[in-house]
Order: sequence, then structure tokens, then C-alpha cells
Amino acid sequence: MDVVKDVLEKSAKEADKYKSVEVNKLIDIDVGALLAIDSNPLDSKALRSSPNDYLLKLTRDNVQLMYNQIWELPTERIEEAIVVKLPKPKYSLPRAKPVPKPRSLTKWEQFAKAKGIVKKKRTKLTWDDQLKKWIPLYGFKRAAAQKEKDWVLEVPQNANPMEDQFAKKVEAKSERVAKNELQRLHNIAKAKHVKIPRFGLTNPDVSSAKELQAAVTVAKSSTASLGKFQEKLPKEKEARGVGAITPGATRKRKLPPVSGSDEKTQNLNIVETVLNKRPKIDMEKAVARHMNDEQLQRSEEKKGERPKRLRKSHGSSTGGGGRKKPKNSNRPRKVLYSLELRVYFYLFI
Amino acid sequence: MVVIQRVVKATTRKGKKVLIKKEPQVNEGPKRALFLQGRRSSDKLRRLTKDLFDIKKPDAQLLNKKNDITVFEDATPVERFCRKFETPLFVMSSHSKKRPDNLVIGRMYNYSLLDMIELHVENIECMREFACQKIVLGTKPSLVFNGPTWEETEELKHLKSLFIDIFHREEVESVRLQGLEHTISFTATPEGKILIRSFNVLMKKSGTRVPRLELEEMGPRIDLTLRRSKLPSEDLMKEALRKPKELKVTKKKNISVDGLGTTHGRIHVGKQEIQKIQTRKMKGLKKTPEEIKMKRAAKRSADNNNVNKIKKQKLG
Repeated sequence: MDVVKDVLEKSAKEADKYKSVEVNKLIDIDVGALLAIDSNPLDSKALRSSPNDYLLKLTRDNVQLMYNQIWELPTERIEEAIVVKLPKPKYSLPRAKPVPKPRSLTKWEQFAKAKGIVKKKRTKLTWDDQLKKWIPLYGFKRAAAQKEKDWVLEVPQNANPMEDQFAKKVEAKSERVAKNELQRLHNIAKAKHVKIPRFGLTNPDVSSAKELQAAVTVAKSSTASLGKFQEKLPKEKEARGVGAITPGATRKRKLPPVSGSDEKTQNLNIVETVLNKRPKIDMEKAVARHMNDEQLQRSEEKKGERPKRLRKSHGSSTGGGGRKKPKNSNRPRKVLYSLELRVYFYLFI
Repeated sequence: MVVIQRVVKATTRKGKKVLIKKEPQVNEGPKRALFLQGRRSSDKLRRLTKDLFDIKKPDAQLLNKKNDITVFEDATPVERFCRKFETPLFVMSSHSKKRPDNLVIGRMYNYSLLDMIELHVENIECMREFACQKIVLGTKPSLVFNGPTWEETEELKHLKSLFIDIFHREEVESVRLQGLEHTISFTATPEGKILIRSFNVLMKKSGTRVPRLELEEMGPRIDLTLRRSKLPSEDLMKEALRKPKELKVTKKKNISVDGLGTTHGRIHVGKQEIQKIQTRKMKGLKKTPEEIKMKRAAKRSADNNNVNKIKKQKLG
């Protein structure tokens, strides 16, 4: 029994040599954040008399409590350093930037998802029988290979023989690129909920006057100064219904004139225009109509009563209440993507 | 008017990388801090800024020029700086007759001001004045908050959060035990003073596994009092405190760990269909040739009936 006593005594002596690590206090410790919060009341007397010594003592006790908890955590040895694994911190701090949102799908991706279309992996190099070599699908050396392949182009059967097929091909390619870029911008606009023009700029060769006017209004306001310095043509009017998408185009009513004389002249002008209103006579039209009437009369006299009946039947067949057929409804809507793209760039960049 | 939003498209690969890095991330790294000056600065403030910058290095940016900025009147210039240097935290020092030795600390959320608190630097003794070994660059300090007043007012709560945000550096999964050598204590006295002390932690033998700690003051020693403050609205703070879904830990069901550290799993087995189980085959239960024949005949007649029915339908 002496041995046990000896050992116990020895260990007690050794422990006495060192200061204790025990602290009797209750504080909140967030080990994950290496944070100790001591909300016990401070000793105001000691704080006033010797603040620095008191703070050192207070902090030592609190840090000792925290380290006691840290030393209890599971340790690991990584390259001769003892590393302790910390739990998740409880104290939450605000983020610097918002939580990232998932990227919204593009129109194609949405469609592919609905249809279950999966992207197929294609090899980058494909064997070309004509050139007898491997040609990349895209990128470096692709254009050179294509150029080598298209050294001569066939003129289609019913095409204009004088048309430059090479230029046509280049244009078609640039159109495709423009279309792709346009769709990319469309997708960005959709993801960011940006308002975009409701109409595209159709081909000027087949556009109606109304469409062209709208296009002109949009294009004019697409300068850095919102079209403030764009000159107007005589009698030019701004298009209606494009106010929402063209910041410069606002058909605002002007304020009434301030001075009495201005108001008087304005009103006199209106009266004059009303009073001087006369039916405009288009001489050519009038002559043509007169001649037409005469001709009709003559033909009726010749044919007797038959034409009357014909007219009646014709009138009944057409009826009155049919819907008016829109003009140019079967006109092909050929869209120039490169033109439309230019308008888009004004909106985005 | 239509709000025109710019779509910035990178032209180079490196530029693209930079843009992607600036986008919101799930795991945000350490918050960088910007140290800047107002219209005028004092010697006291300059020394303080230098010390705070040294503690915050390398996640810090120090600007030496004076700026004609009064943050509490208009925060946009500071917001612009923070956007430029990608620093969500800022520490601005200014000195004027009305507000001498002024220190404003604040932070941004999504490049716009979240909260800021103005402090009066009453007293400072900087790091140089303490003769002791300085800590290694980038050491993660342990933070201690003393005093019951930290939880009493909204301003002090936010100040505490700001101090933690500036000095805690980064969320870490593990630390080296020998590397825990720096501690900063923040004390809020009942008189309304805030005392900041920074210590070196010395680990001594204690006869047990846990070392006995002794502290040695390393500086800076800062005494502050509160001045003006701008606190965020509740909604904005809630929005800023949101955690991404990816980081939320989902509890795994039916797994438990007992006292000895053994993991137990409970497996759910569906209802067993005893009627259909193939048991041991026995000769006595085998069907006789006659039985098999009868079964086949019954099946054949049923098939024929079906075929006749179909034929009739087709003809009719």
C-alpha cells in the first residue's frame, strides 16, 4: 500500500507546483466561432482602480474556460501538428452578398427539359472523306478546313446565275450568328425580367408604314441622350403605343400658354383653320370617277335589265357583317436578325 | 422610363474568371475590410488605423489619401469604394472640431450599406508601445465579450456583431491547437465605455492535458465611447442573415450513435407476402399428370372462346 500512497503524494505535489486550470464561472461559449460571452456583472471597484489588471484577469479566466472546452474536442494529427475539429458556429453573421439563385433555364433548355431531349456528346474530330483528313467540329483549323472544302460552289438550278454564291453563304452565316446572339440576349432579358420591344424590325422592303414609323421612333430614341438631338423631318410624327419602350418618345400634352396674347393667337389659328375648311378636290380622282360612272351608265343601257339582277345577287352573297381581312396577312414575315440585334444593343449596352 | 440594365460580357478568359468570382457564392470567404480616412485625420487615429490594419491583414485594404466623405450624410462614396475593392467591411477615421477622433465601422450587404456605428476614440496605446512578441500574420483570434451591457441595447448588439465580423476572420472547420495564441477582449462598462484589449496567449504546464493559460498584453489598447449609429431594418437584416440551402444540415433519419460511439441504423423492411413464398419442394405436393392435363384443357378452351369472340366482332 505504501507504493500507492507514494505515487498519490507525488502526483499531488506535482499538481501543487503548477497553477490550476479550473475556473468556477458560467459563461456562454461558442466553440465553433472561438467566441466567449461573459454576461456576468463586472466588478466596478476593480475596474475603476486598476482597469488593465482587472481586464487581464477577467479575460484570462474566460479564455481558460473556452480552451478547456476546445481541448475536449476530438483531435487529429496532420503533419506533426495537432489539429482540433471545431463544431459549426452558433453565432450567425450577415452575408456579404445575397444567397446565389439558381440560373434560370434558357428557352431551349426549357423546351428540351419538357421534351426529354438530352444533349448528345459528339467527338470533336470527324473524318472527312472529301479532304481525306480529320476535321475539328469547331475551333482551331475548322474554318480553314471549311474554306478548303468550299473552293467551288454549285449554283442552284433556278437561281440567278450572276448571284455570288460565296457572298450569299457569308451573309447566311452572319445572319445565323446574329440570330444566336439575339436569342442569347432574349434569354438574359427573360431571366432578369427586362422589358423588351414587342415587335421586331421587319424587313424594310415589306414593312407597313406603321411598323416603319414605330421602328424609326425607337431607333431615334436609342442614342445616349435619348434622341434629344435627333433632327425631325418635316411633318414627321412619333409612333403611337411605343412610349413604354422608348424613353425619349413621349406624346405629352404641352402646357397652355402663359401670356394672354399667345393664347389669343393660338385660339385665332384654330378658328381660322376651322372656318377656312373646304372640301379638298382631287381633280384626277374626280375625273376618273366621273368617267367610270358614265361608262357604267352606258353599259347598263346596252344590256337592259340583266346587270341589275346580277348586282343584287352579288350584294346578297357578300353580306354585311364579315370581318375585315387584314392587309398583307399572307405576306412572308422575313426578319433580319442582324437589324433587330442592332436595336437590342441599344437597349442593353 | 425603362431601366436600362447593362449586361457585362467578359471579353477574355481571365476577365470572365474575375466576374464569376464577384458573383454571389454559397461559401463566402473571409470578409475583407477597407480602411480609409475622412476629411481630416489625427495622429491618434492614424496609429489606431495602422494597428487595426495589421491585425486584419491580409484581408484588408488601406487607403492613405484623405476623402471628402461624411458617411452619415451620404454613404454612397463609401459604397462605391467598397464595390471597387470588394470589401464588405469598412473602417473610416475622421477628425473634426465637432467630432474629434471619430471612428466609423460599418458593413455592406450586396454593395449597399447594412449598418454602421460611430465611435469616439478616447484613448489609444498602440502595438508598438508594448514590448512583447507579436502574433503571426493571419492568426485566428479567440474573442471574448465581457459585461452584461452587450445584450442590453440594439446598438451594442450590432456593435458586437460588427466586432466579431471584423476580427473573427473566417469560419473554419479545424484549428491547430498551438496556433490559438491571440485573444481580443471587448468589455462594455456600465458607464458606457467600450474597452478593447488584445493579448498574447501563453500556454504553461498544468499537470493535466489542458494547458494553464497566461495572458500578456500585446496591444492595441483602445477605449471607445458610442456616438451616432445607423442600424438596418429588420427585413434587411433577416435577408442578410439567410443561410443558403446547401449549407443547411439535414438530419439523417433512423441513424443513432450509442454511448460507446457505435452507429446503429434501423432498416425498414416492407410487409412480407407469406402466401407467395417458395417453400421447400416436396413430392407429395406435386401435381399429378391428370391434374396438369385438366388445367391445360381448361386454358385452351378459354383461349378458343376468346378467339371466336374477336372473329365475330370483326365480321359483325
